[in-house]
Amino acid sequence: MKAFTYERPATVQEAAQLAADRPDARFIAGGTNLLDLMKLQIETPATLVDVNRLPLAKVEETSEGGLRIGALVRNADLAAHPRVRKDYAVLSRALLAGASGQLRNKATTAGNLLQRTRCYYFYDTAMPCNKREPGSGCAAIGGFNRIMAVLGTSDQCIATNPSDMNVAMRALDATVETMAPDGTTRAIPMADFHRLPGDTPQTETDLRKGEIITAVTLPKPVEGVHIYRKVRDRASYAFATISIAAVIAAEGAGKVRAARLAFGGLAHKPWRVAQAEEALVRTGSADTAADAVLKGARGYGANDFKIPLTRRTLRAVVAQATRT
Amino acid sequence: MEMNQPIGRTPLDDRPDGLVGKPLDRVDGPLKVTGRAPYAYETHALANPAYGMIVTATVAAGTITAIDSDAARRAPGVIYVMTHENVPAQGEKKEQVWPQLQGREVTFYGQPVAFVVAETFEQARAAAMLVAVTYDKAKPRGLLRDRLAEAYEPKPMTTSPGVKPDSALGDFDGAFAQAPVKIDVEYTTPTQIHAQMEPHATIASWETGPDGDGVVLYSANQMPNRGQPAIGSVLKLPPERVRIVTPYIGGGFGSKLQAVPEATLAALASKVIKRPVKVALTRQQEFHVATHRTDTIQRIRLGADQDGRLSAISHESWSDTAMGDGFYETSANVTRSLYAAPNRVTKHRMVNLNLPIASSMRAPGEAVGQLAFECAMDELAERLNLDPIELRIRNEPTEDPEKKIPYSTRRLVDCLKAGAERFGWDKRAKPGATRDGQWLVGLGVSAAARQNPLKPSSASVRLGPDGVLVVRMAMTDLGTGTYTILTQIGGEMMGLPPEKVRVELGDTNFPKAAGSGGSFGAASAGSALYVACDNLRQALATKAGINSDEAAFADGAVKAGNRSAVPFTDLVGEGLEAKGEIKPGDMEKKYSQYSFGAHFAEVGVDMDTGEVRLRRMLGCFTGGRILNAKTARSQAIGGMIFGVGAALMEDAVIDPRYSYFVNHDLAEYHVVAHADVPDVDAFFLPELDDKANPLKSKGLGELGICGAGAAVANAIYNATGIRIRDYPMTLDKVLKGLEERDLQRRT
Repeated sequence: MKAFTYERPATVQEAAQLAADRPDARFIAGGTNLLDLMKLQIETPATLVDVNRLPLAKVEETSEGGLRIGALVRNADLAAHPRVRKDYAVLSRALLAGASGQLRNKATTAGNLLQRTRCYYFYDTAMPCNKREPGSGCAAIGGFNRIMAVLGTSDQCIATNPSDMNVAMRALDATVETMAPDGTTRAIPMADFHRLPGDTPQTETDLRKGEIITAVTLPKPVEGVHIYRKVRDRASYAFATISIAAVIAAEGAGKVRAARLAFGGLAHKPWRVAQAEEALVRTGSADTAADAVLKGARGYGANDFKIPLTRRTLRAVVAQATRT
Repeated sequence: MEMNQPIGRTPLDDRPDGLVGKPLDRVDGPLKVTGRAPYAYETHALANPAYGMIVTATVAAGTITAIDSDAARRAPGVIYVMTHENVPAQGEKKEQVWPQLQGREVTFYGQPVAFVVAETFEQARAAAMLVAVTYDKAKPRGLLRDRLAEAYEPKPMTTSPGVKPDSALGDFDGAFAQAPVKIDVEYTTPTQIHAQMEPHATIASWETGPDGDGVVLYSANQMPNRGQPAIGSVLKLPPERVRIVTPYIGGGFGSKLQAVPEATLAALASKVIKRPVKVALTRQQEFHVATHRTDTIQRIRLGADQDGRLSAISHESWSDTAMGDGFYETSANVTRSLYAAPNRVTKHRMVNLNLPIASSMRAPGEAVGQLAFECAMDELAERLNLDPIELRIRNEPTEDPEKKIPYSTRRLVDCLKAGAERFGWDKRAKPGATRDGQWLVGLGVSAAARQNPLKPSSASVRLGPDGVLVVRMAMTDLGTGTYTILTQIGGEMMGLPPEKVRVELGDTNFPKAAGSGGSFGAASAGSALYVACDNLRQALATKAGINSDEAAFADGAVKAGNRSAVPFTDLVGEGLEAKGEIKPGDMEKKYSQYSFGAHFAEVGVDMDTGEVRLRRMLGCFTGGRILNAKTARSQAIGGMIFGVGAALMEDAVIDPRYSYFVNHDLAEYHVVAHADVPDVDAFFLPELDDKANPLKSKGLGELGICGAGAAVANAIYNATGIRIRDYPMTLDKVLKGLEERDLQRRT
């Protein structure tokens, strides 16, 4: 770990300013991902801006009937929140499917949004990785890529976003609220928050320099069965091979009135395809929906299985949601 | 005592309700859960240590062209940077202990290339990152599969020089050709990592005195007496000048059998800076700097008649290790003694690759050998339409089929039957016939067998004026319960309660002991203690004027017949000491000695995703006299859980382009979590083995893993009808089978 300067600003805007002024500054909240990365010198911030004492740890009702989740709300608290459990069960289930109890007690909502990939080659500074060291190459392409992406990849990077929470946030059409160093705020739809790797896999989100996440807002609840199906290699404490966050309103077997489907483990961001949801409503067929989701999917060898796995898992999720 | 004849009746037979066998809680438990049991890295016995951090090679093959350590030397707190250019002279490699920082050649990723010593851990770690090493890279020697053509017959292991890599009996080729029912299958097992909780750690202090140089190593080490000559060879010290202290160890599973680079590097650095140096491997370094279990390719051929009686057995195994190393995985050894058949072949071949050093991991040989062989038996049973338990019963030998000597004890059939009854084996249906919601449910069985060795071991006991028995030996407790069973043996032999027995282990200043490994620890160390106590009993009886044959020891006193009891404290004066020693003898030559058992597993396979989840598992074992019902069961289920991991997830994947283990952390190298083992239980059938050792016990540390994964694999087949022969059986491999079958159904 490299030596760094530690700052603990008193206000949100001060935090944003510090992060903008200092070269190589990082915000630290739970530290459940950043500290690991710093020990391995994958992240080498010169300044850590500790945001833990900022007043961003509340869950509040919005005037539209939704929820505003403070950036510092811990994953465990969010999963256990009565409104989340009642109206946004897919989010609660996604959170509880991730990490371990100890980690969920520390990890925050904003930190989870910014969780970095688990690509094996990203995690080893001896290996080429365009995300860690732009221009060095991608060892995952042509290497062991069992956990890598099959959609939205580029010839620079095939990493996935490993978060469970993000997949549910995407299905729920969450909005990320931020503050810039000059105090201006903006709201970024989840659809636009994470980016595909393209030629700049090192840039993972739409955030600008110094911009700090203050909250994640959920619109008013949508009707339907909430399912988070995580397919994984062991029964707990494993990242998803693939996952599906679904909110499906059905009228008897095979008849779907409304559907939201977001997919984890497939891409550099939570994957959601409007045509797939429309196809499911129109035809009631999970296979037709899967065709739309997997359009353009390509395997890289060890991760080929994700394509049939997604199809089969979607079938199971739709069957579960429409079971009468 | 040399184990040359059956032991006969012993004091441990006299008290069926005695201390030995009771489920006594770990005597070291309170110390451990309150943080008062110092592990190697935590000891304060050596004052003012500096902190070391290993810098490892980032290429698997090549030559170091330059090491720029200027920045590291200038970094805050740095005391010393050791490289091949300034490392003190070292002696010869011995066993698997290698001299460090020898020259420019790199032969595996993770090979130590520098050692940075600083005032604090953080400074050492930061400075280690500043050491810039440049390499002239070479193409690494890739995978075992690609190098089979150059596989060669290994030399017998130094640890068991009498055991040859190959064996043959009768005419396998002829019998196999004529057999009406044949199985010819290849199974593969992946590289596995020990993943013990406590990393390898050492605090070394080089000491120069009037008698010459010496070194004290507070070091996590399973077999300190074996470590002395090996590390002494590398450090150019006589064995007795190497003191290893290792009272508490946080798991080893074989990875701490041999001193690893960290101990050598810390000792060398301490020699130079004249100050203790401490070092621990990072979790990532555990994968490459320490040892691993090699991957294997195994071919099994079985020939049988229509009734399932085996006429021909062949088991061949290929494995790999580091360049210049001679370790091979003895996968087929257990097959020599497991089932009857007149015509048989076993064969081991190995190759050397640009990979780290392969070594022993829990049940080396048996663990992966039975993963393959016990599945092949299941395949044969399926082919014959015979219950797999019945197949094993029909091939039960009356004597060891290759050694042609009787078994000391063998209750494999009893274990299969008793386990089947308790497990509900009769509920097993045809493959693919049982469903529970989205789960395809299946049951599987496997035999378990592990050799039962006895190793030379010695102990001292001293009964003090306070009435406390102090036991000393250079034995170790990996967390298995050694302190506890020795307390029980000492207590029962001397008629003392556990609180009057103090066991002191893990210091080479104590009498030499077997150490922990190969399932020989409890029997060897426990027998040495038995003999020492027997000698102490005779000394006490003599002092009390009692014929030792008539003496009874109870409640801290000795008595005979109707005479009143004489308290020990009246007899011992300033303290009475005795020694004991055990050596293997003719019994291991005249009798084939194994622990046996049977595993039963129930799995669910998700018919959509191919995810496999264990639902329940039961083991039935025999291990001679059970020394502690609780720690024995813990050992058994711990091994079974290890086997579940081997079956379902453990896999250190080699990227042949770079020749390293890609998933080198515990996020992506999966060992089982609690949720993966919801219901695992084990029980023991009563047994006493009077040929094994004076305790009449047998090794249990590794029996639980032997065959466990095969029972899980066979259950997957029973659930799905899909036979996977490539461990671990991850969901992608199951999914492939499900997809192929769905395709067949549609067409």
